[in-house]
Amino acid sequence: MDETNRKNQLWILAIVVFLSVVSIVTYAMNEYYIYLTAYLWFGFIYGMSLQYGRFCFSSAFRDLFAVGVPRMAVGIMIAMALFGLVSAFVTAVGMSTFHSAPYGVHAVIAGLIFGVGMVLTGGCASGSLYKAGEGNGVAFLVILSISVTQAIFADIGGWANKLAPQSWHDSAVAKGLPASINAGDGWVDQFLAGHVWNLPTTSYAEIVKFKNPFLAAYVGNVLVGIILPAALILLGVYLIWVRKSFLGKRKKEGLPSSGLGVELAGYWGMIAASKRTAIAGLILGIAAGLHMFVMKGLQVKFGVQNFGELMQRMGITFGLSEKGTVFDPGYWYVTTQEAQWVGWVFNKLGADNMDNIYFGLNNGIPNPLINPADWMSIALIFGAAVMALSHNEFKWKAPTLELAMWAVIGGALMGIGSRLGLGCNIGAFFVRVSQGDVSGWLFGIGMIGGAFLGVKFFNWYTDRKMAKEMAACDL
Amino acid sequence: MAMKFEKKGEGAFLLDVTGYVCPHPQLYTKKALEKMRTGDTLEIIFDNPSSGESIASMCDTTGDEIAEKTTNGGKYKWTVKKAERA
Repeated sequence: MDETNRKNQLWILAIVVFLSVVSIVTYAMNEYYIYLTAYLWFGFIYGMSLQYGRFCFSSAFRDLFAVGVPRMAVGIMIAMALFGLVSAFVTAVGMSTFHSAPYGVHAVIAGLIFGVGMVLTGGCASGSLYKAGEGNGVAFLVILSISVTQAIFADIGGWANKLAPQSWHDSAVAKGLPASINAGDGWVDQFLAGHVWNLPTTSYAEIVKFKNPFLAAYVGNVLVGIILPAALILLGVYLIWVRKSFLGKRKKEGLPSSGLGVELAGYWGMIAASKRTAIAGLILGIAAGLHMFVMKGLQVKFGVQNFGELMQRMGITFGLSEKGTVFDPGYWYVTTQEAQWVGWVFNKLGADNMDNIYFGLNNGIPNPLINPADWMSIALIFGAAVMALSHNEFKWKAPTLELAMWAVIGGALMGIGSRLGLGCNIGAFFVRVSQGDVSGWLFGIGMIGGAFLGVKFFNWYTDRKMAKEMAACDL
Repeated sequence: MAMKFEKKGEGAFLLDVTGYVCPHPQLYTKKALEKMRTGDTLEIIFDNPSSGESIASMCDTTGDEIAEKTTNGGKYKWTVKKAERA
């Protein structure tokens, strides 16, 4: 074993021991901390899987448009199908922690903004977390930019109030929210209470109208909501990006190059092409479904619906929302906890940022040390670091000025997109599609459009740089 | 470090995209290979692991051969030989 491998293994051991000690010591302090520990270890599994499969939602459509590579589009569809299959069972037995989000054009617009941002930064919200675990400085900047933008955007008022239609203002005020929230002040408050909350919510399970909960979940949410649209998308990917080269290769090798059997072999070949990505998708899908089951189990065990109740039992009240809650999704989520830790810092620096729906009414701004979803994200970074170290792929990389600029701009777009879409590529797309929520594909369609626009821009940008470099090369 | 593309010799080119994240390494690789002639070789130096997956998939689609792969401390050096385009 060489010196680098030995050092890497020591770091892996240190990380695993650290997380284990945190889990054991906090449990010894109070059994309620097992709730945070559950988030922590699922985050760790997500991080390991994401890094192993280089599983980045950003690359799914970006790499298709940019370089014609379908591997991540395939990986995501596999992960969603698996997540859907596991969570359909969880839903049918009444153990789901998921609630559908309102659907409307806002989800498409949010996805579009988010999609442009994720191409500029080089990674989606979850992708940036796992790349931070590889030691990538750009990814840390992206996380910072997403976090700060959300924390500011969620509380933005003043001149921004003028951008909210009067109907939103009136509708928000009419909701009768607590006076401390002042729902008529703040663009996001008026957007949420005056517009989004008035939109319908539904799932494919509700649309198919089966009375049997298993039939509704598996036929509605899984078959209609995931498998059919995913198979159609992959068929489009095969026809546009894969088929020509697949048939060309068969012709070269003297094999038959027409007929349904050949086409099916090509379609399957595309799905099985990247084993790493497929394996990661499989593990992520199953883990995400189990995560939901475990969190609901802990809620039942402790007789609570939100970790805020456990915080109160432990005598911790700082950062609780008006409802006495904190952000506790009960499943994989990325962006809100990022907004919260910056919101907490701003609050400690004297900002009055609890007078809005996002922090003040719904999510709170608990100390990051006791924020359930923050434990998940930090463990995700550690999980990715462990996997990167084990493959000798960990490397500290400081961002260049050029990449820092794209990280900040793209991160800001992703932050805004996340708040408009009530989630990122995970919360608003991956989780919602997998749970049969109609709004999931709307955010996804926007995200695909955003990726297309982002790639168009980067193609233009890199063409100019490449032309300069090639000028002296006789090409 | 800024992106560097240069001619190393007859039919041999170097693309150094160390420090770059997705999608830059795979985009520059695609653009370089598109301009090069059949049989030319491109040495790519990069340190973004996920770009490697994309470049490998891209070469699989186009038929370009990855003739050599080395990794050292998170830094990758791949040599790609351009195949004839269909």
